[in-house]
Amino acid sequence: MKEETLNLKTLETQSFRQFDLKKKRRTGESIIQTLLFLAGILSIFVTIAIVYELGKEAMLFFNDPDVTLGKFFGTTKWQPGIGQYGIWALVSATLVTSFIAILISLPLGLASAIYLSEYASFKARSILKPILEILAGIPTVVYGYFALLFITPILKSIIGEQLQVYNMLSAGIVMGIMILPLISSMSEDALSAVPRSLREAAYAMGATKVETSLQVVLPAALSGIGAALIIGISRAVGETMIVAVAAGSGPNFSFNPLDAAETMTGHIARISGGDLSYNSIDYTSLFAIALMLFLLTLVLNLISQWIVNRFRERYE
Amino acid sequence: MENKYAIESNNLSIHYGSYTAVKNVSVKIQPQKITAIIGPSGCGKSTLLRALNRMNDFVPGCHVTGELFLQGQNLYGNQIDPVEVRRKIGMVFQKPNPFPKSIYENIAWGARINGFKGKMDELVEQSLRSAALWDEVKDKLQESAYALSGGQQQRLCIARTIAIQPEIILMDEPASALDPISTLRIEELMQELKKNYTIIIVTHNMQQAARASDFTAMMMIDDNRAGGVIEFDETKKIFTRPSDKRTEDYVTGRFG
Amino acid sequence: MYTNNHYPQDQDFRQALSGRYRTATIWQGLFLSALLIAIISLTALIYNVVDGAFGYVAFDYKKDPAEFTSTPLTELTQDELIIILKDNLSSGAYKKLENEKPMQKRSQAELYTLFLERLVQLDTKETWSMTNSLMNSEKIKAEVAEKYPTATLEFRSWLTPQFLVTPMSSKAEFAGVRTAVLGSLWLVGIAILFSLPIGTGAAIYLQEYAPKNWLTGIIQTNINNLAGVPSIVYGMLGLAIFVRVMEPLTSGALFGVTDSNGRTVLSAGLTMGVLVLPLIIINAQEAIKAVPDSLRQAAYGVGATRWQAVWYHVLPNALPGILTGSILALSRALGETAPLIVVGASTFISLDPQSPFSKFTALPIQIYQWTTRAQSEFHAIAAGAIVVLLVLLLTLNATAVLLRNRFQRRW
Repeated sequence: MKEETLNLKTLETQSFRQFDLKKKRRTGESIIQTLLFLAGILSIFVTIAIVYELGKEAMLFFNDPDVTLGKFFGTTKWQPGIGQYGIWALVSATLVTSFIAILISLPLGLASAIYLSEYASFKARSILKPILEILAGIPTVVYGYFALLFITPILKSIIGEQLQVYNMLSAGIVMGIMILPLISSMSEDALSAVPRSLREAAYAMGATKVETSLQVVLPAALSGIGAALIIGISRAVGETMIVAVAAGSGPNFSFNPLDAAETMTGHIARISGGDLSYNSIDYTSLFAIALMLFLLTLVLNLISQWIVNRFRERYE
Repeated sequence: MENKYAIESNNLSIHYGSYTAVKNVSVKIQPQKITAIIGPSGCGKSTLLRALNRMNDFVPGCHVTGELFLQGQNLYGNQIDPVEVRRKIGMVFQKPNPFPKSIYENIAWGARINGFKGKMDELVEQSLRSAALWDEVKDKLQESAYALSGGQQQRLCIARTIAIQPEIILMDEPASALDPISTLRIEELMQELKKNYTIIIVTHNMQQAARASDFTAMMMIDDNRAGGVIEFDETKKIFTRPSDKRTEDYVTGRFG
Repeated sequence: MYTNNHYPQDQDFRQALSGRYRTATIWQGLFLSALLIAIISLTALIYNVVDGAFGYVAFDYKKDPAEFTSTPLTELTQDELIIILKDNLSSGAYKKLENEKPMQKRSQAELYTLFLERLVQLDTKETWSMTNSLMNSEKIKAEVAEKYPTATLEFRSWLTPQFLVTPMSSKAEFAGVRTAVLGSLWLVGIAILFSLPIGTGAAIYLQEYAPKNWLTGIIQTNINNLAGVPSIVYGMLGLAIFVRVMEPLTSGALFGVTDSNGRTVLSAGLTMGVLVLPLIIINAQEAIKAVPDSLRQAAYGVGATRWQAVWYHVLPNALPGILTGSILALSRALGETAPLIVVGASTFISLDPQSPFSKFTALPIQIYQWTTRAQSEFHAIAAGAIVVLLVLLLTLNATAVLLRNRFQRRW
């Protein structure tokens, strides 16, 4: 190509052409920005919709002259159809199953997190982490199958006849296995956020690896592990399918893990799965339960996030 | 209206929240010359440079007071479109940052979004020639820009800037990530480019400022950690008989 | 000079140290065993499912096949079967079948299934798991011979190609997952159509446009919280909003569909879309965050507007990450069960979903239904359906991993 045919600055002699830097109307740009903003703000509307809809129906429930807060929180039988409104019949099962789940998942999750973060070689990690990820990715209904048709028979052969076919123990254990990866990965994040210098300080004073991990790193990561624990509880409280399949169907105020009982979530699933007429007390009562669930998990999640944020600021 | 200066600032200050990073800069930059901004690290050289084409709009909490005139228009005036400003005042960054596209696309993209109607092939060739890169890449225009060496990438970034035909080119330590030979080539290129463009370059390399620039602005921080231009003059003068003692200490290496 | 006689010396120290090392080894063993328990659990779960999907089945015919035909059952042809069915079914029942799908268009296998189901009335007596069948083969045979003298014992795979293409049936032996798989695909498709554009848009807004102010902070916190809301609560939201409030839209009444209520695949898909929205936003934000700033600056430096920088540079480079995140969100939607129960998945339907306004069932719903039945043959097909679900999930996740590796960039 001939060079003289081209010259970028053909106007170079009058280098200072007049030009206008005034703002241009960029309509397309504004429309796009508005749409993006709407997408961003939609999530707020989802939350508002949840609170509004749950709240509205729950109000209908609590406005029923038959329902009093005293009955709701003060009695232990739940059967709205015949005037029994004791939420404890459902809350007890939620507490028992969640407690068992945490009893299983916290020590196991924490121990595997310590192993992965402090001990495992790069290669071991690359094998072990995906296994935990697979465990985390299995649908909960499959865990339900596993609880009912694998864990329960095994427990039965150990414990014997006192164990009912549907029972909170089996559901709780399997829920613990389900939550394990979550606790493990969150705890691992907390452990690896502890600065190297702290570990080196411990080693330099002649500590062994376990002494360093348990007495220096673990306490330093405690708040992050607390956050993991809280998220774990929140997940256990909200878990539905495992308990719906394996824990039993029918409210039962019992703290004996060998008994069958229905959790708040399990109850919602069973009742809403049947024929349900809108505006019946059965229908509105489900929203009251769901509202309680939502608020409970919301508080737990907020606490956990708050802990994580505070923790992050400390080390970064 | 006759404009004697390429760009002209009047009491320009740059703040991050309540902290003032650069204070009261009033300089008049000569057209078609190379102006170097020097000074110890942390004195606000890059901050000032980025303020010149409103790149600091993207820094949260950053705001600018004072005036900055390009052709009689205050670039920080209400009516000014920052996109237009950046199209007129191009920028080359510290680390080469080509787009992860082909060499050809790296140049064509800026032209295309700015509505270039001419022959794209010619524009690409001419820009690459102007950036002294054409001979090295003419056979591999469709290859990824990432395949180029660091020095070549930086010249590609310069070519990309030239392609949109700005009035002024800002360079933020353009050679700091490059080896001495690539650095030298960039400096030669700058001498070529100043025939057509006004160049403002930030550098921490005193020799580079002395060899390559026509004018030099010396920056220094004051007791409140706010940077400011303490001396602005012809490079010859700054390096041989500066009027400010601090400048003398700095250019002779007696600083700090 | 300070003498450190408060510390154990030489021999004593070494002894104490070896004790400390022993403790260390024990602890390390404990840490590792936690992981082993996780691995064992996963293995047990997979074994449990596979074990359930194969095994002996003892069945009987309520009516003797000889009453209908003299040809050996395995040699019946398509035409013979049609004649047998026509002769022996009531004309009303035959007409109904003919209306569902003309007899001539049905395959031999389909007709044979009808023959077994309607005429000889296959009756499953008992099933055994795979391990049990293999280990105690002789014992099972003896037991069957004694308990069900007329029954046939057969080793059966409940997971067959037939199982994949057969619709629902009230008898486990003839049931398949066709309707459920199609329902799941519809659901996931609607969910992603809803949540991918909105989720990506929200992520772009938060990363590229949003000013740092209280509103942005609230949006961000809110998204993180929504990700932790129990799925059944989303189900309740879907029931209240999509099924009830938006019934004219979701039932298709606005579009002239008359025979449907709000419990459609559209309602369920939208519910799932809302459920995975926070996951998609968070993943997309991560992907966008990973695009280096130098690229944006380069674009701005040549006079790009914000959207041009986003559209031409940020998005193309974040796309693999966004897609990977979406696939993971999809697999979450594919396995979710609770919201579908609440929104009103049908427990028994055998018609393929035809439009967004169809009634629907889904794979996890079928698994739930079958698992909670008392008869063991339903547990067997539940296991079969779980295998199908897990294979689908595995495929999705493998795609995500491949995508991630294929497009991994070094900057």
